[in-house]
Amino acid sequence: MNKVFNNADEAIHDIADGMTLMFGGFGLCGLPENCIAALVKKGVKDLTCISNNAGVDDFGIGLLLRQRQVKKMISSYVGENAEFERQLLNGELEVELIPQGTLATRCMAAGYGMPAIFTPAGIGTEVAIGKEVRNFNGKDYLMEMAFDADYAIVKAWKGDSMGNLIYRSTARNFNPVMAMAGKITIAEVEELVEPGELDPDHVHTPGIYVHRIFKGTNYEKRIEQRTVRTKV
Amino acid sequence: MLDKAGIAKRIAKEIKDGYYVNLGIGIPTLVANYIPENIDVVLQSENGLLGMGPFPFEGEEDADVINAGKQTITMLPGSAIFDSAMSFGMIRARKVNLTILGAMEVAENGDIASWKIPGKMVKGMGGAMDLVASAENIIVAMQHVNKAGESKLLPRCTLPLTGINCVKKIVTELAVLDVLPGGGFKLLERAPGVSIEEIKNATAGRLIIEGDIPEMDIN
Repeated sequence: MNKVFNNADEAIHDIADGMTLMFGGFGLCGLPENCIAALVKKGVKDLTCISNNAGVDDFGIGLLLRQRQVKKMISSYVGENAEFERQLLNGELEVELIPQGTLATRCMAAGYGMPAIFTPAGIGTEVAIGKEVRNFNGKDYLMEMAFDADYAIVKAWKGDSMGNLIYRSTARNFNPVMAMAGKITIAEVEELVEPGELDPDHVHTPGIYVHRIFKGTNYEKRIEQRTVRTKV
Repeated sequence: MLDKAGIAKRIAKEIKDGYYVNLGIGIPTLVANYIPENIDVVLQSENGLLGMGPFPFEGEEDADVINAGKQTITMLPGSAIFDSAMSFGMIRARKVNLTILGAMEVAENGDIASWKIPGKMVKGMGGAMDLVASAENIIVAMQHVNKAGESKLLPRCTLPLTGINCVKKIVTELAVLDVLPGGGFKLLERAPGVSIEEIKNATAGRLIIEGDIPEMDIN
């Protein structure tokens, strides 16, 4: 069983206009940088992108927005991106804002084979408009549907040729739940190893969820807010 | 009147030994600087970390170690990393004891608005809707009035809501107030040098004043 591709261009070769793509990452942390660059190069358009954030103007999903490749964004927080705001206010971009926990759990539901989840997030707000409300033990919950994405694109620290993945620190974030949720999941990794080199006890995403894997190159790993303290 | 650090210092007094605490962006982030050293507290960052520590020393920043505000941070001994679904799982399951967040408006029934100004600002709710819908104990840290001088403590919120009937306590530059279960802002403490009259003038919602209102202790 070999899921290894040579590079991002080959791994995303069949992604086409109008598809729904999920991107792992939180802010600029744990982003599938190589796949985003390949999608920009390929020029596919009218994409629906499910991602917690929309990147910044010149990094992350911001690169796809700048090339007008995105038709719709489904996100929880989209600040820090002037081009995004411009397209949104001009009606050039469709945006669905949803609570962050709802976003993560709708991914999880897809990966667990459950059609929907119930969450109290958004009850009594505009997020609840048009959605079924159920009362359990005296508290109201919204029914939220599992995501249905053509591709999930994730970034891991280490992976093996069978698709098993290990993430590093808070670069884990949405990556494991999105990896479980794609009809086809593409993983880019900093280190690609042979089966047996990853300790099975340490695997975060079992390879059954991952269809394609490649070793990424030239990771920039840009820091959005560099905050430090000085040694006294 | 308190500055932002003063608000954070006063809120830090609400944190008890053994608490797991989620701190929002802005003034709530500053609360971490004033947690008493004699208590054990674990900070949850909803991007997937328990055990958030201070900012790294210069040159030791790690792009893979950030908090929910996308700032570089450190992980304390005993930290744990998890994915975004589990992060909100522990919030929904009420394992997090205290949530401290900012707001644009709070209503006297505990409604909160914090994520959108129609036609002007659309940044999104991030994790705030999940937090306020599930947390048992929510403290709002904010200015008592907005930049236009209008009260942010209202009879009803005018901006799109983040959550309903959820805020329990508010700490502003002027006062500490409880939001009563039956509605109304109950004045508990005044900021140093602030009169009851000033608090009345800055509060549009129903203000409940009973007995003497002490000055808050922020030291």
